[in-house]
Amino acid sequence: MSILVNKETRVLTQGITGATGQFHTLACREYGSQMVAGTVPGKGGTSFEGIPIFNTVEQARRATGANASVIYVPPAFAADAILESIAAGIELVVCITEGIPVLDMVRVKHYLDRSQTRLIGPNCPGVITAGECKIGIMPGYIHTPGRVGVVSRSGTLTYEAVYQLTMLGIGQSTCVGIGGDPIIGTSHVDVLEMFNNDPATEAVMLIGEIGGTGEEEAAEYIRSSFRKPVVAFIAGQTAPKGRRMGHAGAIIAGGRGGASGKIAALKDAGASVAMSPAELGTTMKALLDKRQR
Amino acid sequence: MNIHEFQAKEILRRFGAPVPDGKPAANGPDVEHAFAALGKPIAVVKAQIHAGGRGKAGGVKLVRSAGEARKFAESLLGRPLVTHQTGPEGRVVRRVYIEEASEVERELYLAMVVDRKAAAVSVIASTEGGMEIEEVAARTPERIVSEIIDPLIGVAGYQARKLAFALGLRDKQVGEMGALLAALYRAFNETDASLVEINPLVVTKQGKLLCLDAKMSFDDNGLFRHAEIRELRDPGEEDPAETEAGKHDLSYVHLDGNIGCMVNGAGLAMATMDIVKYYGAEPANFLDVGGGASAEKVAAAFRILLSDQRVRAVLINIFGGIMRCDILARGVVDAAREVDLKLPLVVRMEGTNVDQGKAILREAGIKAIAADNMAEAARLAVAAANG
Repeated sequence: MSILVNKETRVLTQGITGATGQFHTLACREYGSQMVAGTVPGKGGTSFEGIPIFNTVEQARRATGANASVIYVPPAFAADAILESIAAGIELVVCITEGIPVLDMVRVKHYLDRSQTRLIGPNCPGVITAGECKIGIMPGYIHTPGRVGVVSRSGTLTYEAVYQLTMLGIGQSTCVGIGGDPIIGTSHVDVLEMFNNDPATEAVMLIGEIGGTGEEEAAEYIRSSFRKPVVAFIAGQTAPKGRRMGHAGAIIAGGRGGASGKIAALKDAGASVAMSPAELGTTMKALLDKRQR
Repeated sequence: MNIHEFQAKEILRRFGAPVPDGKPAANGPDVEHAFAALGKPIAVVKAQIHAGGRGKAGGVKLVRSAGEARKFAESLLGRPLVTHQTGPEGRVVRRVYIEEASEVERELYLAMVVDRKAAAVSVIASTEGGMEIEEVAARTPERIVSEIIDPLIGVAGYQARKLAFALGLRDKQVGEMGALLAALYRAFNETDASLVEINPLVVTKQGKLLCLDAKMSFDDNGLFRHAEIRELRDPGEEDPAETEAGKHDLSYVHLDGNIGCMVNGAGLAMATMDIVKYYGAEPANFLDVGGGASAEKVAAAFRILLSDQRVRAVLINIFGGIMRCDILARGVVDAAREVDLKLPLVVRMEGTNVDQGKAILREAGIKAIAADNMAEAARLAVAAANG
């Protein structure tokens, strides 16, 4: 068991012929993911490295049984790519694209809420169930199968966390990068709910950052309903107010979204909060060791 | 991206919002012409900088003649204006706005922002005009009302009425509020704004609604489809290093410390700043070189980072995913040679092609201090900056 993706997941790549789409489709296939189709409007009927290309997502789904899609198309067209996958009934859409206008995401989110599709991202590294299926741009080799779930708004900081876990011999169940934008398809709470019901996940590493209230909501959920131990880290303790720190969503605005409030909320909820990003792995190890004793 | 008041008012006027007549001017003679062109006995001269609190700081004045307008404008132009939002160094005034004066009965607050949780645009209104909304939220939150706008519907009539009555508007003003909200919402959507703030929105002695001040910010991700908004960028209001970084598609924020940081990925970049602080120093900047950086981009990042004279040590922290460590190393070597680097350099690399990256640094003879993990890297950088 795991969440979101596994050996059975059949993945289609939207934007498979772009440089990023090509590179990561092959890297995902190499990892063991079933990359069954690609879409590029106007290139239907051709193929890429043995993977058939279709004009539309609907055609790709019908012909190949794809149930997940990953989006690498440029920001100006990415919102439309998400809508197309939702309309075609794709169960899981992972949008890697960074730089989608926030008002495009307002419209996407309202369409998404009336559908059965789960959207991860945008502006995220993707989802990986270690040893089974990788959808996205994370380096596969740092992951090792195991029982810690990881959920994060960041990309490379997630790799750092996973690497620290792997180096300490702690494997992962599923790692979900939910994305650094202000409006995203899946929240920290959504992923925690899935981990709560996943027998393969024993503990969770939650990585947040400044901006928004997603971590405070996660803290409330942990306090009220989460049954597994949580290690948390919040990036941006030294970030100034009112400045966007790289991610469109990482901004302390109107006196809200600072790191200290998030850290306090998570501590209050019973999470073990690492104060240094060098202690993500060791904090989890200490927690797991204590439980075993 | 932020713009000036006079630019925001020009946009809002185009969308049909009630805005006083006015003209920007950058020198004394133009100020006199602008005053004459308004053709009113009284006008207001307002300093144009990207910061609030201009009135209290002495940047706004009522004037009764072209000469008086010019004299006040010349006292502002070319000098820094210090408000509570600018920091102690202030912002240099390069333009003033000459606007017809209004007779104010009441001051209200009205704004539109993207509400992240609701994933929609939200209207925020308050009877406490002229005050900062954060302050109102902290002291008298009951005086703030808000409405979420459904993207499918736009501002519904009942929402406009609800807000109007909550602000104590009556008679024709209720209808004016509806028209104003519709205009603001259209302006917001059609320019990819991230903020429209009217503070104050006033009721004049004649009973009309009028946008007395206006602030607009835009979603950087939406700028690609608005050439007319991109042209409003004022480089004079931006940190030169940040402008330079923008040209190279780098994300850089200037801070006050002395450890220069270069990292890939925003989350890891913030975490690197945090760990510098954790070991007792302050970061000089946030700098994310991004995912697929080339050697040239890394070199540009390195130059920008070193343009800050306060930097005493450089900390490079890279977790190679898409970003390959060998590319990073080549960029660092090029830049270090070009600028003749004398500062201590601590490099921590992990991930894709890490061994090649380390080899490139070694063979180039760059005096880099190698660190195996983030904690060690931060400790070494802090020690080097202090030593």
